[in-house]
Amino acid sequence: MTGHPILSVQGLCVEFRTRNGTVRALDDVSLQVAKGEVLGIVGERGSGKSVTAFTVIGLLDAAGRAVSGQADYDGVPLLAAGKKSLGEKDLNDLRGREISMIFQNPRAALNPIRPVGKQIEDVLLRHNQATRQDAQRKAVDMLTKVKILEPERRYWAYPFELSGGMCQRVMIAIALACKPRLLIADEPTTGLDVTTQKATMDLMADLTRERGMSVVLITHDLGMAAAYCDRIVVMQKGKIVEAAPVAELFKDPKHPYTKKLLAASPGPDSALGDLTAVPDAPPAVETVSPAAVTKPMATPAAPVSENLLLEVKGLVKTFPRRGAKGGGWVWLKGHKGRNEEADFVAVDGISFSLRRGESLGLVGESGCGKSTTSSIVTRLLDPTAGQVILDGEDITAFKAARFARLPQRSKIQMVFQDPTESLNPRYSAADSIADPLKRLKGLRGGRQLDARIGELAEMVGLPQSLLTRFPHQLSGGQKARVGIARAIAVDPLLLVLDEPTSALDVSVQAVVLQLLDRLKRELGMSYIFVSHDLNVVRLLCERVIVMNKGRIVESGKAEAVLKQPQDPYTRSLIAAIPHFEPAKM
Amino acid sequence: MRTKLMQIGQRLLQALPSVFGIIVISFVLTRALPGDPAVYFAGMMADDNSIAEVRKSLGLDRSWIEQFFIYVGNLLHGNLGMSLSTGRPVLEELLTRLPASLELTFAGLGLAILVAVPLGVLAATRPGSLTDHACRLLVTAGVSLPTFFTGLFLMYLFYYLLGWAPSPLGRLDILYLSPPHVTGFFTIDSLLDGDFETFWAALRQLVLPAFTLGLFALAPIARMTRAAMLNALGSDYVRTARANGLSQTTVLGVYAFRNAALPVLTTLGMVFSFLLGANVLVEKVFSWPGIGSFAIQALVASDYAAVQGFVLAMALLFVVVNLAIDVLLTTIDPRVALEG
Amino acid sequence: MTAMARSFRHFSYVMGENPVTAAAFALFALIVALAAFGPWIAPYDPLATDAMNALQPPSWAHPFGTDQLGRDVMSRVIVATRLDLGIAVSAVALSFFIGSAMGCAAGFWGGWTDRITGRITDTIMAFPLFVLAMGVVAALGNSVENIIYATAVINLPFYARVARVETAIRRNAGFVQAARLCGNSDLRILATQVFPNILPPMMVQVSLNMGWAILNAAGLSFIGLGVRPPDAEWGIMVAEGATYVVSGEWWLALFPGSALMLAVFCFNLLGDGLRDLVDPLRRT
Repeated sequence: MTGHPILSVQGLCVEFRTRNGTVRALDDVSLQVAKGEVLGIVGERGSGKSVTAFTVIGLLDAAGRAVSGQADYDGVPLLAAGKKSLGEKDLNDLRGREISMIFQNPRAALNPIRPVGKQIEDVLLRHNQATRQDAQRKAVDMLTKVKILEPERRYWAYPFELSGGMCQRVMIAIALACKPRLLIADEPTTGLDVTTQKATMDLMADLTRERGMSVVLITHDLGMAAAYCDRIVVMQKGKIVEAAPVAELFKDPKHPYTKKLLAASPGPDSALGDLTAVPDAPPAVETVSPAAVTKPMATPAAPVSENLLLEVKGLVKTFPRRGAKGGGWVWLKGHKGRNEEADFVAVDGISFSLRRGESLGLVGESGCGKSTTSSIVTRLLDPTAGQVILDGEDITAFKAARFARLPQRSKIQMVFQDPTESLNPRYSAADSIADPLKRLKGLRGGRQLDARIGELAEMVGLPQSLLTRFPHQLSGGQKARVGIARAIAVDPLLLVLDEPTSALDVSVQAVVLQLLDRLKRELGMSYIFVSHDLNVVRLLCERVIVMNKGRIVESGKAEAVLKQPQDPYTRSLIAAIPHFEPAKM
Repeated sequence: MRTKLMQIGQRLLQALPSVFGIIVISFVLTRALPGDPAVYFAGMMADDNSIAEVRKSLGLDRSWIEQFFIYVGNLLHGNLGMSLSTGRPVLEELLTRLPASLELTFAGLGLAILVAVPLGVLAATRPGSLTDHACRLLVTAGVSLPTFFTGLFLMYLFYYLLGWAPSPLGRLDILYLSPPHVTGFFTIDSLLDGDFETFWAALRQLVLPAFTLGLFALAPIARMTRAAMLNALGSDYVRTARANGLSQTTVLGVYAFRNAALPVLTTLGMVFSFLLGANVLVEKVFSWPGIGSFAIQALVASDYAAVQGFVLAMALLFVVVNLAIDVLLTTIDPRVALEG
Repeated sequence: MTAMARSFRHFSYVMGENPVTAAAFALFALIVALAAFGPWIAPYDPLATDAMNALQPPSWAHPFGTDQLGRDVMSRVIVATRLDLGIAVSAVALSFFIGSAMGCAAGFWGGWTDRITGRITDTIMAFPLFVLAMGVVAALGNSVENIIYATAVINLPFYARVARVETAIRRNAGFVQAARLCGNSDLRILATQVFPNILPPMMVQVSLNMGWAILNAAGLSFIGLGVRPPDAEWGIMVAEGATYVVSGEWWLALFPGSALMLAVFCFNLLGDGLRDLVDPLRRT
């Protein structure tokens, strides 16, 4: 590598004006990207990784300001805080031509009322990479390059007609159209399925390598950073805590935060206790009462009884397609000419069972039917056909709309994916936990109720002082605990966990998973753990079921399925999980 | 293309229940008139015999359902009854005066759009600036101003005090003859006729009332434009456009404004409804001979057939305009889907 | 910190940041006071005529002048506050309760409830207020009650629409599902979980709507519907004063018109301020 690094950031400090005063988002950040190198910036929420990228490319929010430091592109100063080194016009010329950026949520990041081909053209024309005559052809070429089939037809497509993965490819096409030398990718695969993630990242890696481009990959996923980057920079709370080549970082991490992150990311061989087992690490901020301090898995798991707690038989769920309802529009339907599929089959006849005290994992990508299945099992939704038998009773005999009032309601409870969304913003933590106690246990109020709430809070490791707070005053982990406390309040037999940790930072996820494991053993509950992440599922569940397109493609002991998958879909799912491969280094 | 036609067809069908509802309400209102509806519909030249005939033709001696169908039948034939005060059919009166009201409304709306849209765009592109604050102040003041009050005081200022505006006595000073009727819009017709003097005279009379009306429409349009532009400028896709170096003109024009135009167009429909109402007030203040002032006079004279005809006409006009806007939106917005 | 103290601190912060909103709140308090205590504050009897003193320009004795019947304009303006506010508040209250009930039901359950409510609101919206009011008056008679009903009906769609949208957004939110799991019936969820969450945007709508409702009440009496002479009401006073403006006696119409403007302006600013208080992300 000769000459300047393609990107050099020195001592960058960025502040934001907010309602609560000035917040320092970046504190003395320095990094370098060599030509042709792929640098990963890894960190959890609020670490400042995206702010760094936005500052470099000059798209910082109006409330943000670089107070000191410098950023250079191939020796040319992009910004030098305090003085304007590169005017907006020149910076704008650089964007798209030399430095490009792609974002998360690709469908929202494309103009919804403009054909995608034209959006590629706009960039080509702007940077004089094409004339009006050949712009369309070049745009179609780019679509071919990003492996979009039928590129001539797809040129005219609108973002809402394309899948998430295709939208991201279009974004890559737009970003790479003018052959820039540096690509900044800000969490490009968030929200995409694991298999789509792999395809998108592989495409990006191929294209950038082909052109000798440098890449800055911003992600919270250490595994992904390991799989695609040459060097990694770890950020925490606006500071860079460690920077090293990938192999070195993974084999010999130096900073305690890095070690904590590495430990908390579940791999194919981790045990639950490993997630937080960091020697000489400061005590976790999240836990409070001694009873809640998690210990490594020394206590043996509760015995799994032979009794069947749950039986699901031949479950089917179909949803009518929009516009196919008939009733007045039938004559219009005849003119459609497209596929005449009347209904969408979300769940296509699945059966499984669960024993008391057992934990079952339900794994699959989006659209496989796992969420629909869990909704039916918890009786929030009615099946089109099939039965769910809980504790010997057919609970599908009751309609979902009426189920809330039945005593059986307290036997199954659920923990939701997004802790923020699952708590009523106008209810305090105590109110939320009290709700099922009042409705299902008949506790009216007063000391009995308060005592029970206090007891539950302690069980989940939530400090008593936080009970009067509202959701917007609680952290992600704390909100997750409130949701769990509410779910276990009525002593359910079965707890369905719908991706309970996917919205949490990885370090918080580790703590919550351990909490869930402990609760399971102490309260003797059975779990159905729904997730897209096999590694996480393996930690808590003895058995696992893999779903695809509404059907069960594989089931068995979690370890077995993970280590020796039989079904090709399961194999592709496991292969798509990005991770650190020492052999590749 | 076929899908678009289907969507447009669906929109048209969706408007039908509203039209039906309007006709029903109108019918109920006519039947709720105090006294004998037949008298109102017969007109002032009527004697007992013709009143009895009208009563029979209206079917007042039959059941409600039958009366309704007769009413609808009458409507389809354009029979809205006779005006007590002028002695002519209500429909004729309305149609003669409609161009005057439309000329005023379009002039006011045009003025408003010309000022409000650029103002809203400017305010959105310079948040927190003087323009932005001025826009917000203007918007809040604009929605607070009572139309009749502003009209009055504009008249006071420009006619009484400054003498710039002509006396507010209608569309054209008596010195001038109205131009040959093509559209009914004096301004357009005089231009078509090549008569510039009349054109100027008509325009001068139009200025103050159109300005008053426009002031009223300015506020909601500016507010919506600003909000929609702010929304578009803060969106993910504009961020992508900027990140790829697209010029400010492209970003503002192609990426932001086109997207913002959609909600603004929707607002125009609502604004038009407000204008139809405000029209009545402005016409009264400036003695503008449109359907609004006709309706007020009719109300005062207890000419109820005319009033009901006015109500029905305005409601239907609103539905037609909104339908037009809806169809326009359907054609330009690719995302509009068939309703499930 | 208790919830009350926290709310107060947030309130003071918004007030401090936006002095205009603070002024609006102060003005609002003044208007309410005038409405409540008007008859006792007014210096003269608003209905007392004095033919000798007719059409007097503003003076120390009569700060707003006298009208064509010698009545003190200022007293009439003050007393009119109660009537205008009363009409607006009644109309808005009616349409708020009925409209939000309709909108919530439509937003929460969808399906036919939604379709029917949609058609009803579409039909209502087709009638411009003045047009509908004239129709109602022609049919049912010219009284203040009928004007209130007409205004209430016209305002209904706004509340129904806001309620519907806000409810529909939250219909399948996580906390609603969770509430079902906790044993709450749908109706209870709508009342105790969803409605408190949509109340803030609805309150903003109420405040913005109040301004419009006052304008409408005045406008209707301007064209002779609803309030009739000799009652003191801003719209009527402007109407009576209109004929005198062209001959130079501007004070008959200016003062009631300005009072009207000020009141409406105040409510609109209040609405904007409330919006900032409730959801700063949606400032317009």
